[in-house]
Amino acid sequence: MRFRRLTVTAVSAVAALTLAACGGGGESTPAGGADAGAAPAFPEGSTMATLAGQGSITIGTKFDQPGFGLQGLDGKPAGFDVEIGKIIASKLGIAEDSIEWVETPSATREEVIEQDRVDMVVATYTINDTRKERVTFAGPYYEAGQALMVRSDDTTVTGPDSLRAAGTRVCSVSGSTPSQEILKYIDQSQLTLFDVYSKCADALRTNQVDAVTTDNVILLGFIADSEGGFKLAGDTFTQEPYGIGITKGDVAFCEFINQSLQEAQSDAPTPRPGSRPPARSPR
Amino acid sequence: MDVLVENLGLYWRGVLTTLQISLYSGIGALVLGTIMAGFRVSPVPPLRAVGAGWVTAVRNTPLSVVLFMIAFGLPEIAINAPFFWFGVTGLALYTSAFVCEALRSGINSVSTGQAEAARAIGLTFGQTLGEVVLPQAFRTVVPPLGNVFIAMIKNSAIVGAVGVGGDLYSVGVQLTGSLGEAAIPVLIGVALGYLVLTIPAGLLLGYLERKVAIAR
Amino acid sequence: MSALYDVPGPRARRRTMIGTIVAAVGLLAIAVVVVQRLAAQGQFTAEKWGPLFDPTDEAMPQVWSLLIGLGLRNTLSAASLAVVASLVLGTLIAVTRLVSAPWYRWLVVGVVELLRGLPVVVLIFFAARVLPEIGVELPGAGREVNTLFYLVIGLTLYNMVIIAEIIRAGVNSLPRGQAEAASAIGLTRWQGLRLILLPQAFRTMLPALISQLVVILKDTALGFIISYPELLRESQIIVQTTKNPLQMYFVVAVIFILINYSLGKLAEYVERRLSRARKVPAAAAPPDLVEAGRANAGN
Repeated sequence: MRFRRLTVTAVSAVAALTLAACGGGGESTPAGGADAGAAPAFPEGSTMATLAGQGSITIGTKFDQPGFGLQGLDGKPAGFDVEIGKIIASKLGIAEDSIEWVETPSATREEVIEQDRVDMVVATYTINDTRKERVTFAGPYYEAGQALMVRSDDTTVTGPDSLRAAGTRVCSVSGSTPSQEILKYIDQSQLTLFDVYSKCADALRTNQVDAVTTDNVILLGFIADSEGGFKLAGDTFTQEPYGIGITKGDVAFCEFINQSLQEAQSDAPTPRPGSRPPARSPR
Repeated sequence: MDVLVENLGLYWRGVLTTLQISLYSGIGALVLGTIMAGFRVSPVPPLRAVGAGWVTAVRNTPLSVVLFMIAFGLPEIAINAPFFWFGVTGLALYTSAFVCEALRSGINSVSTGQAEAARAIGLTFGQTLGEVVLPQAFRTVVPPLGNVFIAMIKNSAIVGAVGVGGDLYSVGVQLTGSLGEAAIPVLIGVALGYLVLTIPAGLLLGYLERKVAIAR
Repeated sequence: MSALYDVPGPRARRRTMIGTIVAAVGLLAIAVVVVQRLAAQGQFTAEKWGPLFDPTDEAMPQVWSLLIGLGLRNTLSAASLAVVASLVLGTLIAVTRLVSAPWYRWLVVGVVELLRGLPVVVLIFFAARVLPEIGVELPGAGREVNTLFYLVIGLTLYNMVIIAEIIRAGVNSLPRGQAEAASAIGLTRWQGLRLILLPQAFRTMLPALISQLVVILKDTALGFIISYPELLRESQIIVQTTKNPLQMYFVVAVIFILINYSLGKLAEYVERRLSRARKVPAAAAPPDLVEAGRANAGN
């Protein structure tokens, strides 16, 4: 299963990353790294204690991002971000069924955290300074990078520098960071923009565009799905560390999440093999 | 407000792209809409059925659905074209149904005595329509038709959401999204861009209306 | 029968017959080419249609529960909220415009013209951007992100001014005697409007108002741009699993056509009943009615 492989790779990647400091006063919390099931003990009044106490958590994720968070036919999201969310929840002693998943498209991620509509956001959320002004990031749990995806028989595209000369038609998502980044390499007229990447993948398949650009891991999801139709062209040309967004200044929760991520790495090779149910599983 | 000044070029290209989409779609819609209106009033039953079916289906479907069907449907059956032209085609098809209805109601507004008199002096269907009814219908058609085209300029924003970048709406999405600008000044810029197009169009229409108004 | 042509004689009948045959053959030929083309590209396979119409396909119940149970339900709730809000605010605007003193009427007219000049998609998009930016927290059903309210606000901003224009045209279309009689029996302008003019205007404009419902319902399909889980967006999410965009959009279009066609028929029925009930002949319909009809143009 491609998703299992993706999950394993990604979770092992967590260890390789230096988890960023959570900022703030650095009140290091002895976060109760208890196993799921056992009642974990958390400091009075902390976010962890509240969540563990109520036995449920609300997590924001994408519903339209294959491989990371895609709403399946059963109405529930599935993917790598969803698995990360489940790891954190289990460390809080919260069962999978008690997680409430809320869709958080890119544009609303800071907003839902600030308005306290979710407890955390795991949604291919690149850590950057602008966003740090509004939210606190735990992690990173994955280091992605922008890349290019082309049809398998395409040999003309070798990297971003080859795009302008060849007049390659590139597709990305409107208002996204990759769509802006790629304009360093191509003209506006070469760029096609949709609201989700799956439309770009469709357009690539039907020869409407010649390349799709976004973070490599998102592209890998489409490549695995394309039955050999797509491939990556060239290396990544940006660095996109994915973090987990939480309320600004909640240092204790941030440190707890970082610790959970590290434990998940040492606990087992993978949190839940075969994480993603097959596309059409009845349930 | 600096956003407005700094990105003036972007806005200007946005206005031009919006205008371009509207112009091409408008021509397409006028041609197809007139043909469909001819179908709807023609004596040949299958053509009437096609005209009526076309209007019913297209007017009741959201433009976004029409655009997605074209932009993702045609490539599925191996018809490829730049998304710009798919967008223009979709907007033209959609608008043609409204053009058709505006023309038909104009034709129906010409009193039956006119057509009857034309027939009485031996004119054929084509002559009746072309030389007696349509010239009179034109006057009544100006206001609704003008409004259809103003609505079309506004609808061109939806084309921006279906692969065609660079129009006014897409400029707004780009500035607030990837460029991270504050929404309010960007909105003001985008709004001004559309008003620059729609308000003069409305004034022109008002002038035309007065010009062709039937004195009663 | 149209007044454009005579009751056909033998020659005309023959010509019509030939025309019918030519047209029918032509249309059939087009249909055959399209179907062949679709078939050649494998668009009629069970794999493409199964998830939608094959009861033995295990995905079918899930697909429809997402399409109807989630998507259509969300579409309808957004549309009905927008309709109610637009009606209430539209009436308020119409009344303000009718009773306001000239020195501030220009403000109302300005707002109306401004909102009418903007694409509804721009209003929806910026409702979703501007409101959170200026710190407006919308009431939430649970902890959901309120894309619903952004969509409803965007739709309402656009449609309330159109409904206001419809109502204003309705009031203006009433015989002047109505307003004069109202003031003659000592009603204030506001009372006259509320008790005499508005009820009649609503009645006259009911068909136009129902047609506006179709516009609002169609415009909810723009919810996808702010990720509101309406019918079109749900279909797009399903497509990522089922890989049948053409078929899915087709079904979505049919659902919209069925609902809107019924609404259109309802509008026609209401119009017929009203014109039958009214004593004033239809020919007396004032030019204002034509003007109000314009509001619906091209949406």
